[in-house]
Amino acid sequence: MSTQPLMAAGPGTRDDGTPLLEATGLSVSFSVGSALAARLRHEPRVLHAVDGVDLRIERGEAVALVGESGSGKSTLARALTGLLKPDQGSILLDGKALPASGRRSRTDQRKVQMVFQDPYSSLNPRLTVGGMLHELLRVHHVVPRAEIPAYTRELLGLVGLGEEAVHAYPRQFSGGQRQRVAIARALALRPELLVADEPVSALDVSVQATILNLLQDLRAQLGLTLLLISHNLAVVRHLCDRVAVMYLGRIIEVAPTEELFAAPRHPYTQGLLAAIPRMTFAPEGDAPAVRGDPPSPLRIPAGCRFRTRCPIAEPICAEQDPALLPTAGAPAHSAACHFAFAATPQPREGATP
Amino acid sequence: MTTPGPNRSVLEVIDLHVEIASRRGVVRAVDGVSLEVPAGQAVGVVGESGSGKSMTLRAVLGVLPPEAKITAGQVLLDGQDLAHLSNTQLNRVRGPKIAMIFQEPMSALNPVMRVGAQIAEGPQVHLGMNRAKAGERALELMRRVGIPDPERRYRAYPHEFSGGMRQRVMIAIALSCDPSVILCDEPTTALDVTIQDQILRLLGRLCRESGTSLVFVTHDLPVVAQVCDELAVMYAGQIVERGAVREVLTRPSHPYTLGLVRSAPDVDHPRSSLVAIPGSPPSLISPPSGCRFHPRCSFAEQDCVTTMPPLKPIGAGRATACLHYERCLEALDTQGADR
Repeated sequence: MSTQPLMAAGPGTRDDGTPLLEATGLSVSFSVGSALAARLRHEPRVLHAVDGVDLRIERGEAVALVGESGSGKSTLARALTGLLKPDQGSILLDGKALPASGRRSRTDQRKVQMVFQDPYSSLNPRLTVGGMLHELLRVHHVVPRAEIPAYTRELLGLVGLGEEAVHAYPRQFSGGQRQRVAIARALALRPELLVADEPVSALDVSVQATILNLLQDLRAQLGLTLLLISHNLAVVRHLCDRVAVMYLGRIIEVAPTEELFAAPRHPYTQGLLAAIPRMTFAPEGDAPAVRGDPPSPLRIPAGCRFRTRCPIAEPICAEQDPALLPTAGAPAHSAACHFAFAATPQPREGATP
Repeated sequence: MTTPGPNRSVLEVIDLHVEIASRRGVVRAVDGVSLEVPAGQAVGVVGESGSGKSMTLRAVLGVLPPEAKITAGQVLLDGQDLAHLSNTQLNRVRGPKIAMIFQEPMSALNPVMRVGAQIAEGPQVHLGMNRAKAGERALELMRRVGIPDPERRYRAYPHEFSGGMRQRVMIAIALSCDPSVILCDEPTTALDVTIQDQILRLLGRLCRESGTSLVFVTHDLPVVAQVCDELAVMYAGQIVERGAVREVLTRPSHPYTLGLVRSAPDVDHPRSSLVAIPGSPPSLISPPSGCRFHPRCSFAEQDCVTTMPPLKPIGAGRATACLHYERCLEALDTQGADR
């Protein structure tokens, strides 16, 4: 047993109202394809995966990033974790600016840890669980060397794995157990922010619940701050305090979870919520909740990004890019829509399927 | 297409067994599955990976992987047994009578053939249409499945389409010869939720219009609730519960179904914590004795270990393969609202 209990928060912890993490104007872009192909096809080569995102994560809260594939939620998560270098914008961790070079000190690396979607590819198949954790603990000097084995056992216990797991290889575990190992690995460094990118979508339905419950318990036990990336809104509603909805590289709505589900303001969020298959009632009519396909992130529409699929778009939407602003009467609820304050949009007639 | 009277089964699977030879032994992937698909109805088959739901579909269509074999049972399509047909004979059935929509449209479509030609191929081969006529039919189908600008898109290749549009192409191909049954293997799992919603509504509308029956395989309970009339729940190669969708989902009478329903967060009814099913699905090389779910079941008794429970009717069109199914209903009544 280590002298310092596992659940003690890291050294830099303060509680003076500074958000744990604050990103401002964050942008990440990639060059795609060859220069020649881009010229021939008259296609731009730069893909703006995350395009000017502001996000605050308070200490101890669970924030969800939701959005469709290609909305930039995983890219944003990776940039916040330090796995990708942002092109623009700043990230404050514990009130301290991280260097623009994207290189973080070990102390800062420890504060933000990530759990990946696929536990079959995110664990080294040639290392035993013990080997993997020991290496990590040695490199980061989390506990004195002599205490590493005890600390490892404690970690495994925390995620619900027995001591025998120390000597096992990832292939000897089921998917759910592997995800537990991945969570133990992320927790080993006593992070303050745990970033979980679709932590259950690669798992079987009956196993998903165990991992969701584990994440919930860990939050309560360790006072962890959680950033959950998910396309499953039921999971988000179950686990998170606040939700940020992304569309084509931008956050288009942020609100406390219950408020977002009760009164979504952005037409995209409204469509997204209406599109979720429901257990208890059948959808009405054949008109889909959101029409059309999302545009390619290589060709983001001018003005509001959602206007090509929006049921209430007006000429102003093509001209002005709406900013993410607090909505009237609900300062914690922001939306990026020119009409976010108007009543619920009228259902469209004769929408194309 | 022919419109059979109500209540008639278009497709009937009787006591189907599929075995897969593997290095570690024989995997009994499908172990005595019986399924009835009434005309014009949508039947959902849910289960986790490895429950045998996809194998059942593949066996019906005769597209099993080479190491898998139907070892017993019948697949009756309009009275004709598909399980014992040769490939040539099956080719005459696939398309005009039964079609399939796969999970991954990109790998199911021919990447080097124009989309229009792929849709027109079926009508040319099976309905004896000439190229021009089949082409016109393809255009009409593309319009029906909501592909914008079909005249231009007709000459496009699959890679030029988005995931949702490719799935629409798959649906157009499946519909091209007016089959009486369409088999869907997780058709929306690879799609985003807004696109999934579009495809589900489209499928629902098209089947209602043409009277086509659907067999819909998925692991996603809410998706089934949205599309299907009937539901069969599979576990470890067997059907453990069957009945009308809403009945089964709101009053499950098998502990596994109850577990599935309780373990998934419900977007409309947030709960404080989820009730997970302990353990993991069994190996199908040496499945547990008796009821295959007993090692994970909280209601299990001694007889569950020794007796394999048959799927028996419990009234109102429902059937369950649980010796103590009353306990599920009791659990529902005492713990009530938490569904």
